[in-house]
Amino acid sequence: MANLRVKLPGLDMKNPVIPASGTFGFGYEFAKFYDINLLGSMMLKGTTLEPRYGNPLPRIAEGPSGMLNAIGLQNPGVDAVMNEELEKLRPLYTDKVIANIGGSAIDDYVETAKRLSTHDMVGALELNISCPNVHCGGIQFGTNPQMAAEVTRAVKAVSQKPVYVKLSPNVTDIVEMALAVEEAGADGITMINTLVGMRFDLKTGRPIIANKTGGYSGPAIFPVALRMVYQVTQAVSIPVIGMGGIASGRDAIEMMIAGASAVAVGCQNLVDPYACPKIIQEMNDILDEMGIEDIHDIIGKSRQY
Amino acid sequence: MGNYQGMMTIVSRKELVKDVYEMVLEGDAASFIQAPGQFINIKINDSLQPYLRRPMSICDYDQHHIKMIFKVVGEGTKILSEKKIGDQLDCLTGLGNGFVDLECQKAVVIGGGLGVPPMYKLAKDLVEKGVKVTAVLGFNSQNDVFYKEEFEKLCPTYIATMDGSLGTKGTVLDALKENQIEFDKYYTCGPEKMLDALVMAYPHNGYLSFEARMGCGFGACMGCSCQVKTKPYKRICVEGPVLHSSEVIVNG
Repeated sequence: MANLRVKLPGLDMKNPVIPASGTFGFGYEFAKFYDINLLGSMMLKGTTLEPRYGNPLPRIAEGPSGMLNAIGLQNPGVDAVMNEELEKLRPLYTDKVIANIGGSAIDDYVETAKRLSTHDMVGALELNISCPNVHCGGIQFGTNPQMAAEVTRAVKAVSQKPVYVKLSPNVTDIVEMALAVEEAGADGITMINTLVGMRFDLKTGRPIIANKTGGYSGPAIFPVALRMVYQVTQAVSIPVIGMGGIASGRDAIEMMIAGASAVAVGCQNLVDPYACPKIIQEMNDILDEMGIEDIHDIIGKSRQY
Repeated sequence: MGNYQGMMTIVSRKELVKDVYEMVLEGDAASFIQAPGQFINIKINDSLQPYLRRPMSICDYDQHHIKMIFKVVGEGTKILSEKKIGDQLDCLTGLGNGFVDLECQKAVVIGGGLGVPPMYKLAKDLVEKGVKVTAVLGFNSQNDVFYKEEFEKLCPTYIATMDGSLGTKGTVLDALKENQIEFDKYYTCGPEKMLDALVMAYPHNGYLSFEARMGCGFGACMGCSCQVKTKPYKRICVEGPVLHSSEVIVNG
């Protein structure tokens, strides 16, 4: 049994595996499959100040080793998340969760963060400045370093919990984005969000997704995520939670070798509801086989190259 | 709630009409199904391609078996149709709400195309409860018709075909009117246009089973949420696929 425990700002996790926001609802849906207390933490469904229904259907399309989604930040709003969703989760999960915050203006992020960061179950906030599926909703903050820094600074000023910023891969220079949010006071970085993509119907020529474009995720984007985590972790000194296409314990370990201090599992939860517990078990088995006693011994192991 | 994963073995497979297959799966996961109209979500193979599971309606079931009928419409269903007896499939079963309100005197079950299969077990359960059941099955053409005899063994059955090659020429609505079918409740599954037409014709007393592109099939991704009159939204995979006619918003 290798030691899998990792400590990150606001999070003392029994293992580094976290279901990613938007693929795990508010957690309780998965309690009918397994004991979710096995998880290091969990990233809640993106939450906005007001309730949002999201985009028209279809919201989902498939691609090679992955899927395209354009949900559009459907959520019941911050007050319902705090008073209803988290109360449903409370009896099922004892560790701290990461609340994911979306918005379309700095004031929205600030107000949502102010409220969520007071919740006793919330260990940290994750700022979604990279949702590609909402018009005027987040992505402009995620592609412009000055705006990313501005929203980070504003949220940091009001948050009672550590703040992680979720970066978009849809930029020319992700290191520039990472340095901007670090400079603005971010306690950590989570990356990567989805890659913007499309699929079309052959007969009609119409995009399959009603929103036309969607965010691509799944094993297809794994090497892109590895590259970006490798680059960012060499440039910043705050911890990075790596995600993007992780589907196995092997993938999770590779992501940590690339430099991530913990990992998030997204899409794979949708294909296999047991993905996270399987990945935790596989990580343990692989580390045992490799003769590694502590997960920290592999974090950033690629840095020498 | 019964959302459970299990390996199921293919024990029979046959092509009913062109590109439409009936397959029987055997395994303990069948026991998690609680109502007709619930669905199964199948990982077609162990590979990353195709990536997502394929949601399928359930035609009939018992404690150990699930019978499903599907049409080859793309890559996933093509691979599924080529599976052999003895092959195993990773299945999530007992998903969705299903048809749970069977209280009525005279029921009509209305299936359109690949919406016909879930009507079969429902009709069986209704007949068993002593409800007077009529079936109306709609297809494009005579060549597409399947399960006519199976339904006829259960209840009076009427066929509608768009080209008029069998039964009433036109839609299931035309067949309902032409045969003056009386009912106090209707149950249906089929193409969205057919369901919309039924809701507009009979807004008060029906249960309709909807289809949607799904990411997960168990409520996690919000990929299949639809707006309804009774709540801000319902997830087709959890609070659906069966909706009451009074809550359906017709998209036009």
